[in-house]
Amino acid sequence: MKLITAIIKPFKLDDVKDALRAAGITGITVTEARGFGRQGGHTETYRGAEYNIEFVPKVKLEILSTDGDAANVCDVITKAAATGKIGDGKIWVSNIESIVRIRTGEQGPDAI
Amino acid sequence: MDSGSLGWVLISSALVLFMTPGLAFFYGGMDRRRNVLNMLMMNFYCLLLVPVLWFIVGYSLAQTPFDADFIGGFDSLFLKDITVAGDGAALATVAFLGMFAAITPALISGAVADRMKFSAWAIFVPLWLFLAYIPVFKWVYGGWLGQRGSIDFAGGTAIHVNAGIAALAAVLVLGKRKAGGAPPHSMPLVMIGTGILWFGWFGFNAGSALAANGQAAQAFMNTFLAAAAAGLAWVFVEWMRDGHPTNLGAASGIVAGLVAITPAAGYVSGPAPVLIGLIAGIVCCYAVKLKSKFGYDDALDVVGVHFVGGLVGSLLIGFFANPSFFDGKFEEGIFYGGGAKLLVEQALANGAAIVWSFVITLLIMIALKKTIGVRVSDEAERGGLDLAEHGENAYHE
Repeated sequence: MKLITAIIKPFKLDDVKDALRAAGITGITVTEARGFGRQGGHTETYRGAEYNIEFVPKVKLEILSTDGDAANVCDVITKAAATGKIGDGKIWVSNIESIVRIRTGEQGPDAI
Repeated sequence: MDSGSLGWVLISSALVLFMTPGLAFFYGGMDRRRNVLNMLMMNFYCLLLVPVLWFIVGYSLAQTPFDADFIGGFDSLFLKDITVAGDGAALATVAFLGMFAAITPALISGAVADRMKFSAWAIFVPLWLFLAYIPVFKWVYGGWLGQRGSIDFAGGTAIHVNAGIAALAAVLVLGKRKAGGAPPHSMPLVMIGTGILWFGWFGFNAGSALAANGQAAQAFMNTFLAAAAAGLAWVFVEWMRDGHPTNLGAASGIVAGLVAITPAAGYVSGPAPVLIGLIAGIVCCYAVKLKSKFGYDDALDVVGVHFVGGLVGSLLIGFFANPSFFDGKFEEGIFYGGGAKLLVEQALANGAAIVWSFVITLLIMIALKKTIGVRVSDEAERGGLDLAEHGENAYHE
């Protein structure tokens, strides 16, 4: 079982959600996030004083999948979230030891 | 007072009351998100405390007798002898002036943002009201400065210069914020606050005619024009200088124009409000940069906007005052053939207010610093005053 974590541009969230749904993914968790990478920040000027906004707004997605589906999920997100410009984000995949569905108590891949 | 005038003064009083929440949003939006409730509470606290003090003794010290040179007396303690008898004008005037007393200390809150202990603010407000606001108000209206011939229609010297220079004295004792300045946490709040302020300012300025008459109408028009012209000026200066026409520039310019026209509102006419607005917008846009040059941490630019704007407007009266237009009993400005007499009196009145308010505010702040302390702990400053001082959070999930 895998946990797929993706950092994407906020305005791409709807596209990614639609693409994942079309690919048969049944659930994602979304968090508003901020961070910096190669994209860097920008400056804003208030009353003539410049402020460096170093952390850029991003959206973090978390998706649980079976070992077999993970590559496909990454592929779907990559296609849907790409703009080709700097700051498109990253996806990483981690191994998961166990999963429990709280309502039913189901465990393992059945709980995905 | 005729019924039309009574109606206008009562409505104006409510308009001025509304300015304090407007100011709270104007400042609160500019503040950090972890300190916005502290900013709102510093402002609303003035609306809680000052009316009660005004009723008990404030009005009496500020107004009775009207021609007291330096400070009034205790003839109207608890509003003694001020009744509904006659036409209600006396009560309406008490209410109207009480609103001004409430918002003036609130103006200072923008300077001390992000680090002042609320308990220190709670004591600072009444001390400053009695030792700085009411004396200067008395000198300007009916007292020695007014008797000499200086004029201040709605409180340029008595309110904006007074609070603005006090803000400077307060931050000099308070010290700088540990984390420095920050971008506004909510520009939409700033814009709402600006709209409320502008709306309320019609009561502040046009209400100060204390009558529904031509002078009130001219003051209303001047308030309308000066704010627009100053906002326009500020936005274009920023656009040329920094590359963008900003919302904060528009808001700051509007407030600077309102401040500058306040002392002049019932004394100038024709193109004067537009010119006063343009000058105030440009001057204040540069004046907010003084803090980085001189190193005082006036968080939300009370000095740059209120002190400088008030001073600019008050001195420009010396050029633009037009008594013949108002059939008024004040000196002509330089542009209307009056020579420099009025300008000299305006300079003297502001100089006296500046020295008094600065020194008194320094002494109050030093006394508070040596007793209960004026700053929150480092932990509270970094974690936010909302939670540390008020046990509240502005924004929950």
